[in-house]
Amino acid sequence: MTLGTAVGSLVGGILIGLAAWLLLALNGRVAGISGVLGRALVTDGPERDWRLAFLGGLLLGGLVLRVVSPGLLAGTAVESVPVLVMSGLLVGVGTQLANGCTSGHGVCGLGRRSPRSLAAVVTFMGAGMITVMVQRLLTGGAL
Amino acid sequence: MRLLASAASGALFAVGLALSGMTDPQRVRAFLDVTGAWDPSLALVMGGAVGVGLLLYGPTLARPRPLLDVQFHLPVKTRVDLPLLGGAVLFGVGWGLSGYCPGPALMSLVTLQPAAFLFVVPMLTGMAAFHAWERSARVRAAAVPLSSTQPS
Repeated sequence: MTLGTAVGSLVGGILIGLAAWLLLALNGRVAGISGVLGRALVTDGPERDWRLAFLGGLLLGGLVLRVVSPGLLAGTAVESVPVLVMSGLLVGVGTQLANGCTSGHGVCGLGRRSPRSLAAVVTFMGAGMITVMVQRLLTGGAL
Repeated sequence: MRLLASAASGALFAVGLALSGMTDPQRVRAFLDVTGAWDPSLALVMGGAVGVGLLLYGPTLARPRPLLDVQFHLPVKTRVDLPLLGGAVLFGVGWGLSGYCPGPALMSLVTLQPAAFLFVVPMLTGMAAFHAWERSARVRAAAVPLSSTQPS
């Protein structure tokens, strides 16, 4: 951790919080990505349209960043194909079962002081930390 | 207007994610690696985002309605139950395995990195499979005669 990455993380976090607040104050909606994405798959009409607009904005924002500052998005996962596929399936099913992920429970839920979201955040963070630790043990220290 | 507001929120969310470092799965894994080379900086992401939430959500939700809609659409569930905790465990394991969570992974598609697609396609499949299963469970529950169901 350097001062630069720490400041970037804090500023980025504040912008994420503001983005979620914008959606709440204007449209009365919770900016949980897994919920927006999951519900976009199974709804139609206006219920689907605002979700697609949000996801479109997310992708468009990504595209603009890729042009103006490609280094910001250079990071990529280095895991093998089976691990990535398993990871994606678990995240897909898990977020729908738990009604939220890092954004829905982590940002919006904690911001609303929801005990349910706090339970979810503690659980998924703990599970993530244990997963990385077990991987480290299995691979003999290398990640 | 509502669609524009949604898109603006999504775009700002994207900028926040990219600046925060959440779009780098290896940094996310270093954040979760508490017994190894721990990089705690990503805690500041949640700190900043939740800090804004704690300051602004309360006064906003105290208003009778949002600016562009007739009512707030908030989650109705409040109980800490088994689906919540079980789902959070599955999500946490998946998150730890690759370092991707839904927002950053989706956004990373614009880089055309193969890893992002190898994560997002199974993620969407998992989401769709869950909703298909949930719908069929609802149909089965509806097929049970009313007299045999218990009020929940």
